[in-house]
Amino acid sequence: MEMFILSLTIFVLAVFVGVEVINKVPPTLHTPLMSGTNAISGIVVVGAIISSGGSEHTTVLSTVLGVAAIALATINIVAGFMVTDRMLNMFKKK
Amino acid sequence: METVINIGYLVAAVLFILGIKGMTKPKTAVRGNQMSATGMLVAIIAALLDHNVVSYEYIIIGVLIGGTIGAFIAKKVAMTDMPELVAALNGIGGGASLLVASANYLESQKLAEMGQFVPTYDWSIAVILSILIGAVTLTGSFIAVGKLKGKIGDAKQVRLFKWIVKLSLAALLAGAAYFAAVDPVNSDLLIAGLIVLCLVLGICLVMPIGGADMPVVVALLNSYSGLAGAAAGFVLGNNGLIITGSLVGASGIILTSIMCKAMNRSLTNVLFGGSMSESSGVSRSENDAFYEGKVKFSSADELAMLLDGAQNVVFVPGYGLAVAQAQHATRELAGMLEKQGAKVKYAIHPVAGRMPGHMNVLLAEAEVPYDQLVEMDAINPEFSQTDVAIVLGANDVVNPAAAEDPNSPIFGMPILDVHHAKTVVVVKRGLSPGFAGIPNELFIRDNSLMVAGDAKKVLQDTISALKDL
Repeated sequence: MEMFILSLTIFVLAVFVGVEVINKVPPTLHTPLMSGTNAISGIVVVGAIISSGGSEHTTVLSTVLGVAAIALATINIVAGFMVTDRMLNMFKKK
Repeated sequence: METVINIGYLVAAVLFILGIKGMTKPKTAVRGNQMSATGMLVAIIAALLDHNVVSYEYIIIGVLIGGTIGAFIAKKVAMTDMPELVAALNGIGGGASLLVASANYLESQKLAEMGQFVPTYDWSIAVILSILIGAVTLTGSFIAVGKLKGKIGDAKQVRLFKWIVKLSLAALLAGAAYFAAVDPVNSDLLIAGLIVLCLVLGICLVMPIGGADMPVVVALLNSYSGLAGAAAGFVLGNNGLIITGSLVGASGIILTSIMCKAMNRSLTNVLFGGSMSESSGVSRSENDAFYEGKVKFSSADELAMLLDGAQNVVFVPGYGLAVAQAQHATRELAGMLEKQGAKVKYAIHPVAGRMPGHMNVLLAEAEVPYDQLVEMDAINPEFSQTDVAIVLGANDVVNPAAAEDPNSPIFGMPILDVHHAKTVVVVKRGLSPGFAGIPNELFIRDNSLMVAGDAKKVLQDTISALKDL
């Protein structure tokens, strides 16, 4: 339970940091912000990697699910960062 | 090793925050994005060092598949399709969280058999929440994509969907309670059932929402995709996931509330109010009668003559500009006017287009300098000094009824005051009502002219007419 309270504390504080920082992003950049956060939400790949790393407690099904999760999260990461970069470079020109 | 890994996650989280901070200015934004990408790399390396990772071949297969698909999509997608891409990526992120939670459930079961894991209440609640948010985000997002593409129309049986939502929520609650309290490790069938239930829930939550409200839904699902990651972090006890997920969650919530404010509606009204055109819309014949004989139609030649002497010109882009891919033609015409000594600006309404900031991206693609893009509150006082305001495929966001007619269903919604300009030229394919389903009084005002046609075609005709003058 203590672990849970600690995690919850981190969660709540992080939400406040997020609100503070993101409120300063100008409306001009809201679309790249969304695709950029899409990429960041691919962080769940961390969980997927640990699930498909093949230690003794994984099962066939859990490995299959883990690999599928890695593939999906990587789509998010790669497509998210690349398309955000494409957009932001258009803003940079002038 | 555990310490190194956790410091790695912390570094990644800091890089994400600094990366988003970079996004507060167009100049530093590219570096900010690269910083976030570096953070992701750090997090992935930290995960690979985890003692549970003993073989890499499956991981490499997953990364190769996902990386190829992701790179292909990012290269191919047109800027006009960004709303669909973001909505789809939200769904994919939700799907990944759902799969991670399911895989973790299966592993925990095996660990429990081996006597190395004792399920706790907070673990089981986190598993259920992770499945719920992940699954709802997955199916909800793909329904949103369908609605953005116009493949899924506004639903007629709003009541039926609401009924299914209530029923599945009740079943979910019962299932979750049983899972947490009675048997958290041997409930394969129950978990599978709950996943299906949550997938159905996602469909039924988004189906009754009108296509016009999809920008709000996409922003909200963006938030959910982050929260799904955070929930997966609770399942795995991983703080890196929790911090990062909550950042994305906060971002989505802020964008959602900005969109709601710009439409003068509450979030509950958007989510549960059904589609707007259904409750307030006029029939086709009422719409025709409203405009009958009162609209002054004009042509590209006349528009060119009008622009020839204009000093202050404001472009007002809307979704019609995106559909017609008219951003480059707009830029070309603006460039010609500037050469003649006119001042050109672009007025951006917060909900113009199909997602927050959509118009800005399209105009940036056409190399319009971003300091010419002016937000609603800054440009409104300037319309009284504007010679020509050119409305390109926007409708409800320039409807004066929102400011002047207390009986209008959109009364109170902040609008661009284009009707204060000396002349308003509306470029539109026809007189069909906008998202709100109501006729627009602007089109029959004395100072407005209508040029019927596709925005790109009209602008190109205007450009060649201007050259001939």
